[in-house]
Amino acid sequence: MRKVGKQSIVFDNVYLKSSSAVVGPLEMQGPLAKYFDAHYDNLYCEKQNWEQAEMQLFTDALDIALVKGNLTPDEIDLIFAGDLNNQITVANYSLRDYSIPYVGVYGACSTSTLSLINGACLLDGGFGRYIMCATSSHNATSERQFRYPTEYGGQKPDSITFTVTGAGAGILTRQITDVRLTKATVGTVVDSGTTDSLDMGRSMAPAALQTLKAHLEDFQEDLNSFDLILTGDLSTYGAKTLKELAREFKIELGNNYHDCGMLVYDLDNQPVFAGGSGCACAAVVMYGYVVKQMLAGRLNKVLIIATGALLNPIMVAQKETIPGIAHAVVLERVK
Amino acid sequence: MEKQIYQKVLNNTKVKRPVVKNSLQAFLVGGIIALLGQALLDFYQLVVNLEEKVATSLMSITLVFLASLLTGLGIYDRIGQFAGAGSIIPITGFSNSMTSAALESKSEGIVLGIMTNMFKLAGAVIVAGIVSAFFSATLIYLFSR
Repeated sequence: MRKVGKQSIVFDNVYLKSSSAVVGPLEMQGPLAKYFDAHYDNLYCEKQNWEQAEMQLFTDALDIALVKGNLTPDEIDLIFAGDLNNQITVANYSLRDYSIPYVGVYGACSTSTLSLINGACLLDGGFGRYIMCATSSHNATSERQFRYPTEYGGQKPDSITFTVTGAGAGILTRQITDVRLTKATVGTVVDSGTTDSLDMGRSMAPAALQTLKAHLEDFQEDLNSFDLILTGDLSTYGAKTLKELAREFKIELGNNYHDCGMLVYDLDNQPVFAGGSGCACAAVVMYGYVVKQMLAGRLNKVLIIATGALLNPIMVAQKETIPGIAHAVVLERVK
Repeated sequence: MEKQIYQKVLNNTKVKRPVVKNSLQAFLVGGIIALLGQALLDFYQLVVNLEEKVATSLMSITLVFLASLLTGLGIYDRIGQFAGAGSIIPITGFSNSMTSAALESKSEGIVLGIMTNMFKLAGAVIVAGIVSAFFSATLIYLFSR
């Protein structure tokens, strides 16, 4: 493992042992349904309230990743996890029932790649044998945390994104497997200057651009070397904004660019406004769709830039802006 | 330099709200709610033979109840998505804001959950109502003699 350029890392031996993606009802009706490991038909996930429901998704993701990797919790040396709730509550409380050393991380909706980068660094530095990374989000817990009560009848603008209900987990190892984590770029906080919490896709676009630009510069990489470049949850308007921003810097995002928030739902037929968002958005697309496509040999090299809006409702009410951050990882198929 | 480019592109890609369409929809649904209110008022006055004052209160209560029920059934937020201000401004919107906040905080118990949070959204309306009532009452007091 070594640092490359300004803000990137190249890993020597980090592989994905197993991964899992668990989703809610609307995600299961979306176009990526067959790539998910488990789902619930009801937003309550057989629990009493929304927070418990998200915890259920989170622990299901852990359990499935463990079973798929043929591991027990005792064999996991460390877990990096986080979510969108205050005090990253869902990760904290879910891990009460697991005796796994735990480091909580918060990167808003970029937590999926943030936890992967943390895990990969520690593992490649020689710590332990298996490191787990996990994150979750739930539409109703997020609405309540950041916006209005779920049944409130205010009109939502087209620019609003729809928090994905789901959870994803991955287990990293130094043993060779079919999917390798080769590179990463840690993002900087980029302030877009926007203040509209109902238009977060666009507010994260500058952060996504900064990380993309840094990644390409640090590794002297070409956009065409990737089969797929994914941003986390910019959604329709954010992805469009990123393309225009990139063009200003002579980066032409073409057909191999897509956004997880646009992939996870059927935007024309599902009531999801500009598309998906939330920690689970990038997580379930990466751990579900991307990993399974790699295992099937249909994708070889994928750049995933999970984006996070570092939104705090109090700061926004105080007329502050919404800063963004984006962390990138490169997953490659081992041939 | 970079910030200026961000600003330029972000200004160019702003998502416009369909103001005319939204206004027409708000007008339509707001009108329907008002019509329903009038029908209820007439019903209570002419059919049930109540005094105007009593009938007016009953009309409001009925609308509040209906909006609350529709909120609980998960229908009112869909009406709101279509109607915008059309279903938020009438008393039904007030009812929705209270019921939705109460439903949302149900899991935190009756006192700290429902009772504390019920007026989270509606509180602003009440404060605005009291303050404007004070000023209009003052004006009436000063100039109506």
